[in-house]
Amino acid sequence: MNMREKLISVVAVATIAATSVAAYAADVTGAGASFPAPIYAKWADGYNKATGNRINYQSIGSGGGIKQITAKTVDFGASDMPLKPEVLEKDGLMQFPTVIGGVVPVVNITGIKPGDMRLTGAVLADIYLGKITKWNDKAIAELNPKLQLPAQDIAIVRRADGSGTTFLFTNYLSKVSEEWKSKVGEGTAVQWPAGLGGKGNEGVSAFLQRVPAAIGYVEYAYAKQNKLAHVMLKNVAGNFVAPDDATFKAAAAGADWTKSAMAEILTNQGGKDAWPITGATFILMHKVQAKPEQATEAIKFFDWSYKNGGKMADELDYVALPESLVKLIHASWGNIKDASGKAVWSGK
Amino acid sequence: MNSPDPSTRIRRNIGDLLFFNLTRAFAAFTLLLLAGIIVSLGIGSWESISKFGVGFLWSQQWNPPMDDFGALIPIYGTIVTSLIALVIAVPVSFGIALFLTELSPVWLRRPLGTAIELLAAIPSIVYGMWGLLVFAPLFAQYVQPFLAATIGQIPFIGALFSGPPLGIGLLTAGIILAIMIIPFIASVMRDVFAVTPDMLKESAYGVGGTTWEVVWNVVLPYTKVGVIGGIMLGLGRALGETMAVTFVIGNTNLISGISLYAPGNSITSTLANEFGEATPGLYTGALIELGLILFLITLTVLVFSKLLLMRLARKEGSQA
Repeated sequence: MNMREKLISVVAVATIAATSVAAYAADVTGAGASFPAPIYAKWADGYNKATGNRINYQSIGSGGGIKQITAKTVDFGASDMPLKPEVLEKDGLMQFPTVIGGVVPVVNITGIKPGDMRLTGAVLADIYLGKITKWNDKAIAELNPKLQLPAQDIAIVRRADGSGTTFLFTNYLSKVSEEWKSKVGEGTAVQWPAGLGGKGNEGVSAFLQRVPAAIGYVEYAYAKQNKLAHVMLKNVAGNFVAPDDATFKAAAAGADWTKSAMAEILTNQGGKDAWPITGATFILMHKVQAKPEQATEAIKFFDWSYKNGGKMADELDYVALPESLVKLIHASWGNIKDASGKAVWSGK
Repeated sequence: MNSPDPSTRIRRNIGDLLFFNLTRAFAAFTLLLLAGIIVSLGIGSWESISKFGVGFLWSQQWNPPMDDFGALIPIYGTIVTSLIALVIAVPVSFGIALFLTELSPVWLRRPLGTAIELLAAIPSIVYGMWGLLVFAPLFAQYVQPFLAATIGQIPFIGALFSGPPLGIGLLTAGIILAIMIIPFIASVMRDVFAVTPDMLKESAYGVGGTTWEVVWNVVLPYTKVGVIGGIMLGLGRALGETMAVTFVIGNTNLISGISLYAPGNSITSTLANEFGEATPGLYTGALIELGLILFLITLTVLVFSKLLLMRLARKEGSQA
């Protein structure tokens, strides 16, 4: 075989390989937030076993998910932070929530067990602002008359990487503290006035266990699985609540999802049992679909997941959406249309 | 031997021509890729460049909610950790290379050299996790208080070793980086030391030179181009290292004095931490501009080292 023949055969093989890759492209693809990635993977697996259809989800972070869905390189995007209605409008997108999770402040103080420590939002904000520096500060002692509080400095731990967890936490602090709102604000990453940054939940937890008398915040599932000493928080109704499925559900049920394009952030909700740092994670889709059959497949997947995925969500310590909200989401899918204006999902 | 008939020769020429063009296309492709990367970094960061201008380079702000960004803290962190790494790694690597080529018993050279090269094969995330979970606690408990009590008491320099011993921070990141680049620098140094002609060395020993004198006055001048090349290789790796640094640098966008104990941030760790969740717009633009700055720093280092080597070569010419 001379050089030219060799080249031709190489090109031929490459072409065949390229075509066979294209044949698999009918799978539904999505990309975005890493927080819900485990449950999406589990749902996709269950859905595949039930129907034979495949969902391919890439956990690349919310920012990446927004970029990819805006550029139309995926069938759906996923974000921990809901997009504002005007942004959705501008990019021709719609969004709907899938599961609920919570963020939990945790402490590591000798002798203090999970659920012992009681805090309010305002005190939590003052700790993270660096205004309350000792554990036996009057503000903390008043909330915890029964606890033996050490005279130690409070070591502040926070997420170093951008994350939906940080977004919910700072969003809550902004709602309960004017000073936090004006000085720091809310976002997936902020300019922290104090503290050490750990990478991911496990990074925060590593610092929490190493540095004496520390406070940090992690995802609920992580706190539960690792039995970290969570804090009781006072909610808007004035009750001290513990983070669990019931208090997250109470927060979700209290919100009014019918307004503002479902851009609900569930922090600081009014319900009697509502956990104050709760949030949903969202799916983003285009309202006008160039490939309607892909959109139909994607919606079928989420429909199946709402119907059959509740137990899987429980197993992974996510909280399924309340029935009333799922009904609203079903109705909102009617807004996803093909180029001719026909809805891509008929409710079957 | 028969001369090849004309048709074979033509065919062979076509093969040569094809091969020549193919290799040239590969080389050109690399250049195109480089230009493409620069252009796309420029476009991606345009929003941030036009908003903040040159002030981006010395602004201490890194405030995503307020859309106010500056690169001073990541640039400072990148340069300081890389310098610490070089200060530690260069003498250690020199010692390793010296021992392996001049002092070590012959039977030990091969296993020892291989073991040092193996260090380079450890994935950087392993260094990061080891640094965070094993090295940092020990460092905070024993080494940092000791340094603060000794070097920390010297005026001026002492300020570098003050503050609470957290175990993570700029100094820890620099030390982990040093461990990571030692195998690179040491193996390059060993290889270039080994190519010094025996005649030169034996002549030096013959006139009564000690091992140190031979290495310092004969081997090192003979191999300085290679040695500097090895150091630059290590520096390049230190500047661009991401995962290990992210674990141990503390990821804090605050400069609170000049202490090396303080947590900081580097360009690469900021990118690794924040890019995934950054919202499109100014925030992403600022992150891409950080990437562009790192690219320029690396380019400057490369150009500077080439200039240095050229000057060395010229000086040699004038001596001869």
